[in-house]
Amino acid sequence: MRPILLKGHERPLTFIKYNRDGDLLFTCAKDHHPTLWYADDGERVGTYVGHNGAVWTCDVTHDSRTLVTGSADTTCKMWDVETGTCYFTHQARSIHWFPYDHFDQPARAVALAQGDEKMCISTDPFMGVPARVHIVNVAANREEQTNEIVASFGDGVEGRINRALWGPLNETILTGGEDGVIRAWDVETGKIKLEARDHKKQIQHLCLSEDKTHFVSASLDKTAKLFDSETLECLKTYVADRPVNAAIISPILDHIVLGGGQDAMAVTTTSSKAGKFDSKIYFKVYEEEIGSIRGHFGPVNALAFNPDGRSFTTGGEDGYSRVHHLDNDYFRIR
Amino acid sequence: MSGKMRWGDSADLDGSDDDFDVALPASQVFGPDANGVKTIIDYRIKEDGLKVRTVKKVRVNTVTKKVTKEMLARKKWAKFGDAQRYKPGDESMTAVSIEEIFLERHRTTPKSESEKSGDALAAMAGSNTSLLVCRICGKKGDHWTTKCPYKDLASMNTLGLGDAKPPGEDDGPGGASSGKGGYVPPSMRAGASGGQSMGDSMNRRRDENSVRVSNLSEDTREQDLQELFRPFGPVTRIYVAFNRETGESRGFAFVNFVNKDDANRAISKLDGYGYDNLILRVEWAAPREERK
Repeated sequence: MRPILLKGHERPLTFIKYNRDGDLLFTCAKDHHPTLWYADDGERVGTYVGHNGAVWTCDVTHDSRTLVTGSADTTCKMWDVETGTCYFTHQARSIHWFPYDHFDQPARAVALAQGDEKMCISTDPFMGVPARVHIVNVAANREEQTNEIVASFGDGVEGRINRALWGPLNETILTGGEDGVIRAWDVETGKIKLEARDHKKQIQHLCLSEDKTHFVSASLDKTAKLFDSETLECLKTYVADRPVNAAIISPILDHIVLGGGQDAMAVTTTSSKAGKFDSKIYFKVYEEEIGSIRGHFGPVNALAFNPDGRSFTTGGEDGYSRVHHLDNDYFRIR
Repeated sequence: MSGKMRWGDSADLDGSDDDFDVALPASQVFGPDANGVKTIIDYRIKEDGLKVRTVKKVRVNTVTKKVTKEMLARKKWAKFGDAQRYKPGDESMTAVSIEEIFLERHRTTPKSESEKSGDALAAMAGSNTSLLVCRICGKKGDHWTTKCPYKDLASMNTLGLGDAKPPGEDDGPGGASSGKGGYVPPSMRAGASGGQSMGDSMNRRRDENSVRVSNLSEDTREQDLQELFRPFGPVTRIYVAFNRETGESRGFAFVNFVNKDDANRAISKLDGYGYDNLILRVEWAAPREERK
């Protein structure tokens, strides 16, 4: 396998997302320009210019027409995927929600609900304001898009909310963050429905399975865990020898891919001789490691599986993304 | 056409002097077969005039990918943002990895197994008996080769055989060169003269006091025979015949004694001896030539 290197970003990668059809690849980085690539050959299609800070996450609608990005510049922008124009900005100080006047905090996680009618935005704790999750409507007609916040919750969360996902049937929102607790919020009431305190350190990434029955969490406590999305019961634990920044579930095989590596800041204070910047593939059920794919020279920050399950992309602290079109050998692994 | 091909030859062949390729068979393509392997046979002429036949085997791997109309339309999207400055298809932002990256399989050997192998190694290191083998008498764990009590006997019997001529006073083929005192290859040396090559002396060494043991059980190893024949006298060599392909014992072995009397006694005592539920047959080994 010869991975395709995507060299468009000048700063560490933060998030990678495939569209529903698996032909487009969106990458977000700490430079201010989310980038669109063709997923098969890695050709750069364009960059979304307009953000003024690190872009933490993005999501794309089912029809691959609208991209939403959340950035540290305290905005969440909505883009036309094809032309790269920003048609709406959820701007700080322009959003009014209870009990605060506006959201003035960096946006961290964005996620579109199934059906693309709503989306949730998590904001970082900032200036004494704790982290919260906000739900806004996504208008089918772009001219009608408003910045009205439908609901907002986050009581009891400490630190950032790194990832927010819509649970099955949009009934819950699953969050994971700095306090290491995974919470399922009732979307209607804004109350915490369930909590899972299985992780010992902060949660970096959450990824739902294809059928949304379970999801995998990646944590700096050097494990990834598989949870039932209805009960938040911890089903499996994948032990790695490095902090895990991202974990994804293969859509076609019972495999899990973990990415991570020694934090650049921690390299000098730990005895680890190797950086462990390779991506590890595990059996989902047996929790056993199958193998690893190396290539990055910095920790892996982001991972995404192509919806067809035949390729996946890693994004590293080194600023490169690598598209791995998996060999036939991989699919013969039993 | 054999050997070198000159341009004149090809001109003679077809009456024209324009191309070499006429003399070459057309390239052939076979397959793909059941395993998806396609064979391509090409012929060409190298610069030095030699004909080269190239056989390439290619595994054909067909991947079907469904593409929707929307995906096709998206493929034609115009560049935007920072990518606008670049022409379509000309992207310095994308590169294919020069390095071939493999999925490095993680092998977890069961712990019990690794412990076992460790134990075996430790046992071997602990008992130096199996590591210390005398190359002269073949006794294990008793003494080093240089300290072998049968050293003199063995060297007498294996090296200074047959020719009573002491080296140096010979007038064979090597005589002329040996007179100058320069290096003389072993095969040209005095001892090797008179039609007796090095190989002969090796064979002789093998045949000397050699006893053939047959009807051995398959699990019999050198060590077992060592125990069996050692009481009769010093042994120089034990060879158990194994099938090269299967690694199984072929059921016979050769044992060389230092002394002929010891060999005689061994034959008289052990011929017809019951060993491992089998009746051994021990006899003088026939010389190589006769066996052929």
